[in-house]
Amino acid sequence: MSAAFDVIVVGGGHNGLACAAYLAKAARRVLVLEAASDVGGAAANREIAPGFTVSACAHLLHSLHPKVIADLDLTRHGLSLSASDIPTVALDTGGKHVVLRRDQVMESLTAHSAADAAALPAFYRRFMSYAAVLQPFLTAVPPRLGGGGRQDRLTLIKLAWAVRKLGRQEMREFLRVIGMNVADILEEAFESDLVKGALALDGVLGTSFGPRSPGSVFTLLYRLAGEAGGLRGALAHPRGGMGSLTQALASAARASGAEIRCGAPVARILAEEDRTSGVELRSGERFAAPTVVSNADPRVTFLSLLGAEHLDTGFVRRVSNLRQRGLVAKLNLALDGLPSFAGLKEADMGGRLVIAPGIDYLERAFNHSKYGEYSEHPAVEITIPSIHDRSLAPEGKHVLSAVVQYAPYDLKRNWDDAREAFTDLAVETIAAYAPDLPRRILARQVVTPLDLERDYGMTGGHWHHGDLALDQLLMLRPVPGAAQYATPLPGLYLCGAGAHPGGGVMAAAGRNAARQVMAMEGVA
Amino acid sequence: MYLLILALFECMGAKASLREGVRTFMKSYDAIVIGAGHNGLTAAAYLAGAGLKVVVLERNPHIGGASISREIYPGFTYSNCSYVSSLMRPEIMRDLELPKYGLQIIPYEGGLTMTRDGGYLASYTDHDMSRREIARHSARDAEAYDRYANEVLRQCRFIKPMLMQTPPDPTSFKPRDIKGLWDLGRAFHDLGEEAMYDTIRFWTMSCTDFLEQYFESEVVKAHLAGTSIIGTALGPSSPGSAYVLLHHYMGEVDGNIGSWGFARGGMGAIARAMAAALEARGGQVRTEAEVAQVIVRNGKATGVALASGEEVHARIVVSNMDVKRTFLKAMDSKDLSEDFLRQVRNFKIRGSSGKLNIALDGMPDFPAVPKDCPALQGDLHITDSIESLERAYDDWKNGMWSRRPYVDMMIPTLLDPTMAPDGKHYMSVFVQYVPPKLADGEWSTEKRDAFGATVINAIAEYSPNFKDLILHAEVRTPHELENEVGLTEGNIFHGELTFDQLMFNRPIPGYAQYRAPVRNMYMCGSSTHPGGGVMGAPGANAAREILRDLKMGGTGAA
Repeated sequence: MSAAFDVIVVGGGHNGLACAAYLAKAARRVLVLEAASDVGGAAANREIAPGFTVSACAHLLHSLHPKVIADLDLTRHGLSLSASDIPTVALDTGGKHVVLRRDQVMESLTAHSAADAAALPAFYRRFMSYAAVLQPFLTAVPPRLGGGGRQDRLTLIKLAWAVRKLGRQEMREFLRVIGMNVADILEEAFESDLVKGALALDGVLGTSFGPRSPGSVFTLLYRLAGEAGGLRGALAHPRGGMGSLTQALASAARASGAEIRCGAPVARILAEEDRTSGVELRSGERFAAPTVVSNADPRVTFLSLLGAEHLDTGFVRRVSNLRQRGLVAKLNLALDGLPSFAGLKEADMGGRLVIAPGIDYLERAFNHSKYGEYSEHPAVEITIPSIHDRSLAPEGKHVLSAVVQYAPYDLKRNWDDAREAFTDLAVETIAAYAPDLPRRILARQVVTPLDLERDYGMTGGHWHHGDLALDQLLMLRPVPGAAQYATPLPGLYLCGAGAHPGGGVMAAAGRNAARQVMAMEGVA
Repeated sequence: MYLLILALFECMGAKASLREGVRTFMKSYDAIVIGAGHNGLTAAAYLAGAGLKVVVLERNPHIGGASISREIYPGFTYSNCSYVSSLMRPEIMRDLELPKYGLQIIPYEGGLTMTRDGGYLASYTDHDMSRREIARHSARDAEAYDRYANEVLRQCRFIKPMLMQTPPDPTSFKPRDIKGLWDLGRAFHDLGEEAMYDTIRFWTMSCTDFLEQYFESEVVKAHLAGTSIIGTALGPSSPGSAYVLLHHYMGEVDGNIGSWGFARGGMGAIARAMAAALEARGGQVRTEAEVAQVIVRNGKATGVALASGEEVHARIVVSNMDVKRTFLKAMDSKDLSEDFLRQVRNFKIRGSSGKLNIALDGMPDFPAVPKDCPALQGDLHITDSIESLERAYDDWKNGMWSRRPYVDMMIPTLLDPTMAPDGKHYMSVFVQYVPPKLADGEWSTEKRDAFGATVINAIAEYSPNFKDLILHAEVRTPHELENEVGLTEGNIFHGELTFDQLMFNRPIPGYAQYRAPVRNMYMCGSSTHPGGGVMGAPGANAAREILRDLKMGGTGAA
């Protein structure tokens, strides 16, 4: 079978597009097949009411890798930020909100707790230095242990050296905190519940952990290792919503010659004589290619698209055991005006407003998720991107985008029955701080983990295609045997969030996978 | 100038100690061990065996710390705190000749979990018997049990050699530390590629995730998950709890890995045998000798001051107390750096366990279990789902004792009739979770009794005649464990077993090699590597390090 393409990329999410763009730039003939009517995956926009555009799922940039932006010239392809280095506002029921932005000590923090204001810069600097240890590994292929070659050993030595370079005292501290829970570490450093809650949220966002679960410090570090707008540990809004970012990636891929077909759901990855030979669409149409790169999550890739019969049982068991249970829902609101948050300065409205007033609040919110219930009092991360970007809503009107946690995929009640009640709860939770919110709502929409699975093809509705936790990272991500982007089936590769370094709109997995494909596959 | 001041200080110090010596009739030893728990006695016996003049100072009128048995109710011997033996290192048993001094470990068969629907699942030391039991609940799980047992055994074999080793300091360039790390790396590498991945996962994953890789049946998972939460501030779904499961698997009785036994005559028999071994080596134990403070002169520990005012002097001081008690209570903060004290304060030592000791008029009925089931001699559980273990944990986090607690009941008198009068039985009930402080304030007698009633009622649901048989019950919460046994916050392991507090991080990064920041002072309790359980390894390891510093290495300590 002579092939018109060198590489087929299954799925046009941000990682698939980044991978395609890199490969096309390297003169590979690339075809991207996307099931939905437009590219983007979970990094896409949605019009929730006429004239109201909102980032459907992911809504803040904190880790899009600067190498990807530079290599693919994304700025030229239309990527820009409508706001960068936005602050985090820890909402307080009494209206005494605390504004946090990296290591800067704001007046509100000093007024709230002088001790915490004094502790913040040192805490932040220490954690940034630990995050810096991890940072270079975001763009490295995870090493194989034991069975690996010289490159693998080199990566391990580099990691050990990066830790050693911290110096004796800090290395000791690093080795202690790396496996700790975020609640304990924050309690060692801070006194205010409000501050601890807001900082702890970053240790649990998007994971199936609570702040008292060991390993949550790592999640926090991972987040700090990312950068946005040229600043590490910062947050930014992409202009035009998250969908504009994936449009920029698609544009970069096309400019280098990649072909992108939407509305083309892949039904099967084909294998011939123990090698990938192409894909078959749901329509029955087939495309031949010696290399297939899957942006789908590992379970979909291996168990649905390829089929367990091509893999050995041990490998299939590992894939089936991936912890991939989404716990996050997204609330999108169209508003006829800005809601008024009691006590919140207008200048701070454009920040990331978080409802996580204390470690215990977060932990209790988490408890429900263990038993198939959504939180009675959820943690919420709110943004109003239309403050920075007037293209998102009609004049004088706004969109509110909120991440609501915990909302477990495996809800005991059916999500379709619970949807309205859950939406009410999410709105009420925010309304406790912004009483006029309910009457400003023109349209509302909730994306539950079940919706994420059905509409975006993510197993378990998990944003990161599997928890970013110590037992599912680096050479363990997604599973040993497929952690270096190559899979047990020659010619088949992974490039999605399920692969190292995981989710968040980072695009590093797509980039790393492209480099691995180029290293391992000759030009046809 | 500097030298002059130093000399002046030296003179003052010498003068002061001379004065005190005259006042209190100075006694001097080579080594003082604070606390006659099993690790203190182990360390002391090894030191005495190497020829040192050793004294163990114990606050209570009895020895044993948490490995103790006492007659609280006439005719009955209670193992008041720890209640089974398995983790005790066989090399220590051999070195100290504990069997010669009366220690006899009686192995028991296994255990069982009773289910809400009136059934049960038993486990046995014999793999095939356990497998058949599991098959009654799920044929698929019975097959998985083979894989599970292999994996657990493999992890035990990997960890076992580390128990009796001093953890290498990963920040050090000393040849000894580099070699230690190299050996560790080599042992890890020798596992083979696949097993290396599994091992990393095992150390970082939750017990629930670990078990779900193998089993589908709720009762099988709940039965196996119990050991992952004992003594911890974790739930079965908390990452890191898979390791705790292993911590309780590492034991052996007569060379059988994973098996458990009773100390004949109660757990106090272990401490008694150790004390006898110590005395046979020329050491001595002084009870009712509460240490108030470690005396430090010119940055060196020189002895201790007792609560009575008496001073005891020695070349070295070894503390078997937990790390918080040692440095925050028994030492003057000016003798330690602020940085070190901060780390000690940050050491996590939350208590989570309670204990009931019950004298029974006869053997209670458990209608769910056949009367001749040999597993009745072992651990009896009534928690039949992971979810209820997890909910029990949530109660603890909320500052209350678990409304439906996890209990590990044992009736040692079925195998050891010496502990109760004829026809009567002693029951040990270990309870998880019980917080050191309650959300509504401190513990009180009423609250302690209410906690006891919760546990007794829970058991009575599975044993209709249980309440009628109770002659006496001793109820112990973390509050009692702290005040009577001296365990800070009632933590039975002298500090939580999470990876930030294991190996070279235990108890404090940089101080994991049994040496305190003050010269001539050492730590030998469960706060140090490899942690809690009646294992003796911290004591033996500390003794080895001490003898190394005294250039007396290779004289007896394993």
